[in-house]
Amino acid sequence: MTPVLSVLVHNKPGVLNRITALFMRKGFNIQSLTVCITESPDVSRMTLVMSEMDEAALEQVMKQLHKQIDVLKVTDLTEAPMVSRELALIQVNSPIAQRATITSLIDPFRASIVDVGRDTVTVQVTGDAEKIEALISLLRPYGIRELARTGLTALPREASAVSELRRLNESQVLPI
Amino acid sequence: MPGMSKPADEMKRPTGEANHRTDGAMLLKGADMVVEALRRERVDVIFGYPGGAVLPLYDALYECGIRHVLTRHEQGAIHAAEGYARVTGRPGVVIATSGPGATNLVTGLADAMMDSIPIVAITGQVAKTVIGTDAFQETSIIGISTPITKHNYQIRHASEIPKVFKEAFHIANSGRKGPVLIDIPKDVAGETALFSYDDPPQLPGYQPTVVPHQLQIRKLMSGLSRAKKPVILAGAGILHAGASAELVAFAERHRLPVVHTLLGLGGFPASHPLFLGMGGMHGSAAANKALHETDFLINLGARFDDRLTGKLEFFAPHATVAHVDIDPAEIGKNVSTQIPVVGDVREALLMMLAADVESPHADAWMNELLATKEQFPYWYVQEGTGIKPQRLIAEIARLTAGNAVVITDVGQHQMWTAQFFPFEVPDRWVTSGGLGTMGFGLPAAIGAYFGKPEQQVVAILGDAGFQMTQQELAVIGEMELPIKVVIVNNGALGMVRQWQELFHGERYSASLLEWQPDFIKLAEAYRIPATRVQEDDALTDVLTAFLAAPGPGFLECVVEPRENVFPMVAPGTGIHQMVGVKP
Ligand SMILES: Cc1ncc(C[n+]2csc(CCOP(=O)(O)OP(=O)(O)O)c2C)c(N)n1
Ligand SMILES: [Mg+2]
Repeated sequence: MTPVLSVLVHNKPGVLNRITALFMRKGFNIQSLTVCITESPDVSRMTLVMSEMDEAALEQVMKQLHKQIDVLKVTDLTEAPMVSRELALIQVNSPIAQRATITSLIDPFRASIVDVGRDTVTVQVTGDAEKIEALISLLRPYGIRELARTGLTALPREASAVSELRRLNESQVLPI
Repeated sequence: MPGMSKPADEMKRPTGEANHRTDGAMLLKGADMVVEALRRERVDVIFGYPGGAVLPLYDALYECGIRHVLTRHEQGAIHAAEGYARVTGRPGVVIATSGPGATNLVTGLADAMMDSIPIVAITGQVAKTVIGTDAFQETSIIGISTPITKHNYQIRHASEIPKVFKEAFHIANSGRKGPVLIDIPKDVAGETALFSYDDPPQLPGYQPTVVPHQLQIRKLMSGLSRAKKPVILAGAGILHAGASAELVAFAERHRLPVVHTLLGLGGFPASHPLFLGMGGMHGSAAANKALHETDFLINLGARFDDRLTGKLEFFAPHATVAHVDIDPAEIGKNVSTQIPVVGDVREALLMMLAADVESPHADAWMNELLATKEQFPYWYVQEGTGIKPQRLIAEIARLTAGNAVVITDVGQHQMWTAQFFPFEVPDRWVTSGGLGTMGFGLPAAIGAYFGKPEQQVVAILGDAGFQMTQQELAVIGEMELPIKVVIVNNGALGMVRQWQELFHGERYSASLLEWQPDFIKLAEAYRIPATRVQEDDALTDVLTAFLAAPGPGFLECVVEPRENVFPMVAPGTGIHQMVGVKP
């Protein structure tokens, strides 16, 4: 599994360094890390996507994060109901002749063209990692010039929304 | 004025003019705030070394009433602070200047981090205005020390000083103890701000669990009552928590065998009939047999270090493991644990003692272990006219009636001390375990002396390790500290030599000290009375006189150069595969 952790930390200088130093010291690998401000100016949220690891290793990661004095809360979102999004900017070759194809390609992804040049367009897409991977591989044959991804950011779903979802799902089950 | 009342034993006010206010706060300069904070924390001794960036701080310390011990190297200062902390249970305080002063603390910080020793290290830093410009003696000690401290701070304004010091002392000495570093830019020391020390520390991200979960205790106790082969593994957590009496009571109540880790020694009396000895690489056969064959292992404040466990697949392979630790991250880290108990080990033992459960039926197991203990004691062969290092240790133990505070360095002599010095009471044993820091012993002995000046202090050091921090003899000489320094001179980096003999085909690569300084002249140069002994016949008399003499003393004891530490669990093998259990 590739765990997703949401970590609330004090918004103070050096906190990011503490976290990355911890990961280096313990040999934990991360796939992506985003840091952003939250509704409270004293608190930042880090969203960590870890590399493949087993449960025991994940438990150790979470405990080590907890040990940091500046870490306020660690939530494992891997299996929890969550909304998670990543944003990618993809600069892809696009001679005028092909531009229509590209537009129709990206349309189902609800991606948009945010910059247009003579030979390229820049596509912006948001979604989960899978969706972004899918669009990237569709665009790859046209020649991707440059690619920038933000890494995942995530929030757990509100409890009431989760139970509502569950109720909806359950009501769709046909009793036999 | 609340917060201003001071106990009578405190001496002078800060040298800066205190501007008293009615709310209990006062206006102070940064440097004076540091001194005032140390006073509020009841710090009675500081180990340190001055330099440019801490000049304002040293000015405030001058005649402030808190004793300052000038070691001859910052590494010496921090190891001294560690020795002090280890025997008192109170944070050791060390001060160093920026740049090289700060980097000289690195080994001690790492050592304290590994062995959970409470330290508050104060470093000077270049002025805020030049941070980041590669100013003279600038180094990012925050960056360097982050992985080897429990926490660290760089102060940005004098107004932060009270809060930061309060938090630092609290963090260092609570939960799983450890070193905290405070970096203070030089200009901060000159800033003026309000000093108030009354607010409790506000640390929402740091709330160690002290009282364990009752449910887990119940699980532990019901598992224990069903066990056939129970054993207690007691680590230094027992000492940090002050839980010796509770440990003894619990082991006696249920007649449980007790194994200590290296750092736990003294938590359970060595002479107790339920004590099996130290476990691990150079532990006793009985202790390791118990750890291998047990069906119910209760770990009380130990961290399953690899030198203890040996190859993990052979460590307690048939056991249900219960682990009591104040640091949840230690539970399940190395050994999979069925009954985790997060909390202070003394609290846990009190709850375990209150539990009304049947004791396990383990008489057969106990008898088997005691027979093994009988059959395979630590051993050495007395032969020839030279001194066996093991006998040296046993004699020191006998002549001090086991009453001394004993400090070692790292190597063979350390293991022999762990084996042959029977530690009967807590907090008399100071050694570098997790980091295995050569050079630790001599300065740590100085700190231990300041922590327990009423006790006899004996430093047992290797001839090589001693030379790593030998300059600290100056402190002993200058202050005439009644510390007895014993050099176990085997003319070698003995532990390395042993491994080369056993695992590298006797190729003694860079491990023999064929050239040695004249240790006697060296000690005498520091005006410390020094003696050499090399004949076994003379040992008892020389030791008796040496230990009885007042003031400092230095004894070079030339021992058999080829003696090895046994028994041994060779690296990569299981604890049931000990070699050298018998002569
Ligand atoms: C700072 C440091 N460097 C190297 C080592 C590796 N080491 C472990 S024991 C040892 C030999 C110690 O020799 P000595 O101090 O004479 O003690 P002995 O083993 O001979 O009793 C060495 C080099 C270490 N533990 N610490
Ligand atoms: Mg030696």
